[in-house]
This record gives sequence, C-alpha cells and structure tokens, in this order.
Amino acid sequence: MDMINEYRPSLMRGLKALLHRELKKWLKDPVMVVMFVLQPLIWMGLLGKSLNIGGLFSSNIIDLSQVMSLPQVVPIPGDVIINPPGLQVVLLNGTKLSQVMLANLNSTISSLSSMVMQSAFGVTDYFSFMSVGMISMIVVTTTMFSGVSIVWDRRLGFLGKVLSTPVSRAAIIFSKVLNATLRAMFQATVILVLAYLLGLQLSPSFTPINLLGIYAAVFLLSVGLSSIFVAFSIRSTRMERPMQFITLVTMPLMFSSNIFFPIQLMPEWLQVVASVNPLTYLTDAVRYLTILPTDLSAVIMDFLYLGLFASIFSIIGIILSWRYLTM
Amino acid sequence: MKEVVVRAENLTKIFNRSIVAVDHISFNVWKGEIFGFLGPNGAGKTTTINMLITVLRPTEGIASVMGYDVVKQANEVRKIIGVVPQEYTADEDLTGYENVMLCADLYGIPRDVAKRRALELLDLVDLLDFKDKRVETYSGGMRRRLELACGLINRPRVLFLDEPTLGLDVHTRAAIWDYIKRLKEEYDMTIFMTTHYLEEADALCDRIAIIDRGKIVAMGSPGELKNSLGGDVITLALKENADATEVIKSVENVKNVKYENGVYRIKVNDGEVTAPLIIDALRKRGYTVIRFSLTKPTLNEVFLEYTGRSLRDVEESKESFIAHRITLMKARGR
Ligand SMILES: Nc1ncnc2c1ncn2[C@@H]1O[C@H](COP(=O)(O)OP(=O)(O)OP(=O)(O)O)[C@@H](O)[C@H]1O
Ligand SMILES: [Mg+2]
Repeated sequence: MDMINEYRPSLMRGLKALLHRELKKWLKDPVMVVMFVLQPLIWMGLLGKSLNIGGLFSSNIIDLSQVMSLPQVVPIPGDVIINPPGLQVVLLNGTKLSQVMLANLNSTISSLSSMVMQSAFGVTDYFSFMSVGMISMIVVTTTMFSGVSIVWDRRLGFLGKVLSTPVSRAAIIFSKVLNATLRAMFQATVILVLAYLLGLQLSPSFTPINLLGIYAAVFLLSVGLSSIFVAFSIRSTRMERPMQFITLVTMPLMFSSNIFFPIQLMPEWLQVVASVNPLTYLTDAVRYLTILPTDLSAVIMDFLYLGLFASIFSIIGIILSWRYLTM
Repeated sequence: MKEVVVRAENLTKIFNRSIVAVDHISFNVWKGEIFGFLGPNGAGKTTTINMLITVLRPTEGIASVMGYDVVKQANEVRKIIGVVPQEYTADEDLTGYENVMLCADLYGIPRDVAKRRALELLDLVDLLDFKDKRVETYSGGMRRRLELACGLINRPRVLFLDEPTLGLDVHTRAAIWDYIKRLKEEYDMTIFMTTHYLEEADALCDRIAIIDRGKIVAMGSPGELKNSLGGDVITLALKENADATEVIKSVENVKNVKYENGVYRIKVNDGEVTAPLIIDALRKRGYTVIRFSLTKPTLNEVFLEYTGRSLRDVEESKESFIAHRITLMKARGR
C-alpha cells in the first residue's frame, strides 16, 4: 500500500498550487480587474485633466489691463503705430497697444508658465506628473485586498482546511503576497498604457528597458505592503477589520506622498511625512523612469529605500503570520 | 487487542482567557470504529476537532493521532488525517476536479498518483460527470460529496467529519452515509465525526460521546447509553391539577417520577406491563388520565437526560445556521 512516504510536500509545490488558485479566481472575475483600474482612471481623468495648472498662466486668465497698469510696464501714449489692416486694435487705459508688444507679452507669460511648471513638477504638464503617480495608488488598493481575501478564506473555512494539510505555512502567506504583487504589476501596466493614450508625455530618454525598472519598483513596494496587510488581517475573522483599515489608510497615504503635489512645495511637517512614505519613492522612481530625464543616481536611491522597506516589512509580516499559522 | 488511534487527555481550549469552549475532556477512539460526538450548538464539537486536526492549539491537555502528538508532531498528524469541515470549503470558482487536485497538491502527492486517485474518488462519490463544472453550480449534496473526495485524497488513516450531513434533506443524508460507509470499507479508516442527527448517530456510530458546555457528560455505545437511562419512559398528563407523584411512585417497577409543566415523566422497568398498573392506580384514586405515551428509550431521551435540551431546538438553530452560511457564500460569489 502506498502510504506515508509517498508525500513530497515542498514549499514550491504548495505555493504554486495556492497561487494558481488565486490567479484563476482573478481571471474568472474580469469585473474586479476593471473595478480596480477604474478608480485611478477616474482620478486621472478628473484630477489630472481638470486641474490644468499650466492653464493658470495663460493670457486669457491673466487680465492684461491689470498687467499694463503696473508701474514697470510703460504704456505707449497716443496712436503712434497704425495697426495693420484686418487686425484687431487693443485698447489699454485709453491707449492702443501694438500687436508686437502684445505678442511679446503673451510669449513672456507662457514661458513664465513653463518655467514655473518645470521647476515645480519637473514637466510642463500636470497630467503627466500625476498620472504616473496613479501607479502608486493602484499598488496600495490592490495590495490591501490581499488582506481582505485572507479573511474570506478564514470565514469560509478554506484557510482551516489548508491548515489541516501538511502544506508549508510559508506557502500560504507567500501565495497571498505574490498574488497581490502580480496583480499590482499587471494593473500598473494597464494604468501606464491608459495614461499614455490619454496624453502622457514620455521623456526623450525613455527606453523600453525603463519598464523593467518600473516593474522592479512596483514589485518591491507590493511585497512590502501586502506583507503588512496580510499580517494585519490574518487573525481577524471579521470582514470589517481590513475594510476599515483600507478606508482609514488609503487617502492619507496618498496625499502625504508626492503623487499629487511636489514635496518641496508642501508645508514642512508634511514634507517629513512624505519623505518616509514609501509611495513617494515608488512615484519618484517611476517618474524618473518615464516622464523625467532618466537620472540613475536618483533612481538608485529610490530603489534602496524601497528595497529596505520591502525587506523589513515582509520579514515582520511573515514572522507575525507564521507565528499565528503554526498555532 | 484494541488499538488506540485518537487519544485525548484533559484536552482543553479556552478562548480569550475567558470562554471555556472545551473543558478537560478525555477519550480514546479505537481502530476501525466510527466514534461520534453529539452535542448542542456551541458544545465545543468543532473546537475539539480543530485541536485534533492541528488547526487550534490546545490551552491544556494532550491529544495524539496514531501516536503523533497534535502539537509537537503536527506535520506527521496532518499527513495521515483527512478532514471534512463543517463548512463547504471547496472553491466556488474552480471545478470539482480542480478542487480535488488542489488538495492533492497541498499534500504533495505526486501528480500522476493524484490524477488517478482524483478520478477514482470522484467516481466513488458519483461526481465524475460533473468534474469539469464549476463548484458554483453544485447542489448542497454534491458539495458534501466533493468535500469527501477532497478529504480522502491522501488516503487518510483517520477521517474527521464535522457535521457531514448538515443542512441536507433526508434522502441526500442517507446517500452521503452510503458513500461514507463505502469509503470506510474501501480505505480501512477510523472515523471521528460530529452530528446532531440522533438517528444517524444511533445507526452509524459504534460509540458516542455526548458533549455539553465543553464537557463529556456520557460515553458509550448507543445501546449502552440507552440502557443507562434505566428502562422505558412513560409520559402522562392528568385532568386534575393535584400532584399525584406519590400515587405513581407506589406502583411496582416505577423507578423515578418527574413532574414538570403538568406532565409526568415516569421511568419504569418493563413499560408494557407497568403502564396499565399506573393507570389503574391513578383511576382508583379518582384521577383521570387525559394524555399518555410510552417510549422505549432512543438517543433522543439520552440526549435530553444528559443535556437537559431537546434536540428539536438544536435542529432548528442548525438550519438557520446553514442558511446563514449559504447567504455568506452567495455574498462572496458576486
Ligand atoms: N475563535 C473563537 N473565539 C472565541 N470563542 C469561540 C471561538 N470559536 C468558538 N468559540 C466558542 O466556543 C464555544 C464552542 O464552539 P464550537 O464551534 O466548538 O461549538 P460546536 O459544538 O461546534 O457548535 P455548532 O454545533 O454550532 O457547530 C462556543 O461558545 C463558541 O462561541
Ligand atoms: Mg461545530
């Protein structure tokens, strides 16, 4: 009779089986994939496109008559220059302004606008700036649901059944973490493609190799975050726990990072928070790899931080879960 | 020589330092028998099983399966047991076959062996025709059978069944038990089960432990338990409101009389002979018997005697429990 020595339980075998289950569930539920992508898409569309910060500096916003009344701008008295036929005559403070001067003024304003945008956001359009930040957002929401899914497994008794088999406890935890990570990487791709279609402007130094860097960065953050969320949810039998945690944490986490606004323009206390927030480093790395001229030293710093974050938190998360799962 | 397969000694589980779910229970399960745990809701049946299958750590006491300690040698225990949990744990989004193969993977059973066995088991529980259908589309009875197939994929020496027929109709229950008996013969297993269907326990179990509030209050074969009640039970009601306990007690062969809510519960030897004598004695004193019944003891009486609860209550709350489970699963489904 083939008995006990027939078993070859290995970490990889168990991990593969459990991960396979997770991925199958995922693929059988395309609605969820769409739901996850929808949120950042809405943010991109509404915030990224409506918050047309560059537009603040255009000539139809700035009242030229106000500008002209400033002392350093000298008005031209009388009808000195005759306007070319067919063109509009501009009246300022009872004087006519030459087309040439007006053109000069407009170009000054728009180059001023580019300068301000460039120095604040690194690029001249706000959409490019924030849309790549949406990659960080999707990493947060996706990894958080790894916690929710483990509570489901417990409630439905699946976790109990798995725990009664000789499968490695590590395989149970890793399957959740890896599942969240793979989903995050896939959804990051979707975001990037959507952003590109909506008008994301890639820097000239962008090469397809940069994509590998983006995946690596997304991987690191996902592993760190999902380890925390799994550890946090593994003991709870109630759905509300991870749900509350998600609502509590998502917004502050995003707004205290550089996803929407550059750090150097934040109030000082927020700068401190943002500089430890791991989302800042993912967003920073992704920006340097897409819209900004590739800056290797900056990217390496980001990776160091993300790597540190991922190792520390996955070790903590795995130790906590492990202790709980081995009774 | 009887061989001990499952052993528990002073096994105790206290949740959150205050809820005593299982309270110093001790028992042995012999090789080849079906051992039943019988108890009302919250008695501690599932908690006991969870400790035996290495999912919960006992607060106190020891337990072993085939000589392996459930805490210190948990991994050895896991290899030789099969579990069919109280809930339906199969994955809704996978097919029946995929579910069984997932279980095989968790045990690390080589793929070729696993495939052969999965098909064999699915055939045994008559699910071969549905093996490539998603579990979502299965009925309650089919799900139970699938759980059975999963629980047997590692050819366990001991099978733990937690309420294997919960929420199923009478026909399906009978069918499930046919499967269980057939599988038991096929694989030469020992079975530890819980149930709250007394007829099932009576008909199937070699021995039963009645558990209430975490304690084992009675243990033995169904026959022994019934005999321990000491004879037959007569219940009767009188038209008059007066207490006739003494009159009844004076009749020969009456062992015990309890008077509650206008109903007398009388324990007697040789019920068929004693019953007319009681009625005669009462009539002579001018009492009128308006309701009468004679019961040969069943496990129902045993249960009532030891737990003070009728089984009807238990059953009703069970049905609502399973309804809740199903709602929960649907909620998850979409
Ligand atoms: N994880 C837990 N935390 C706290 N209390 C628990 C936990 N699990 C069970 N209990 C409590 O322990 C007691 C025994 O529960 P258990 O599930 O073992 O009962 P049961 O006999 O299986 O009941 P049922 O027939 O409802 O399945 C109950 O009072 C229950 O509330
Ligand atoms: Mg139970």
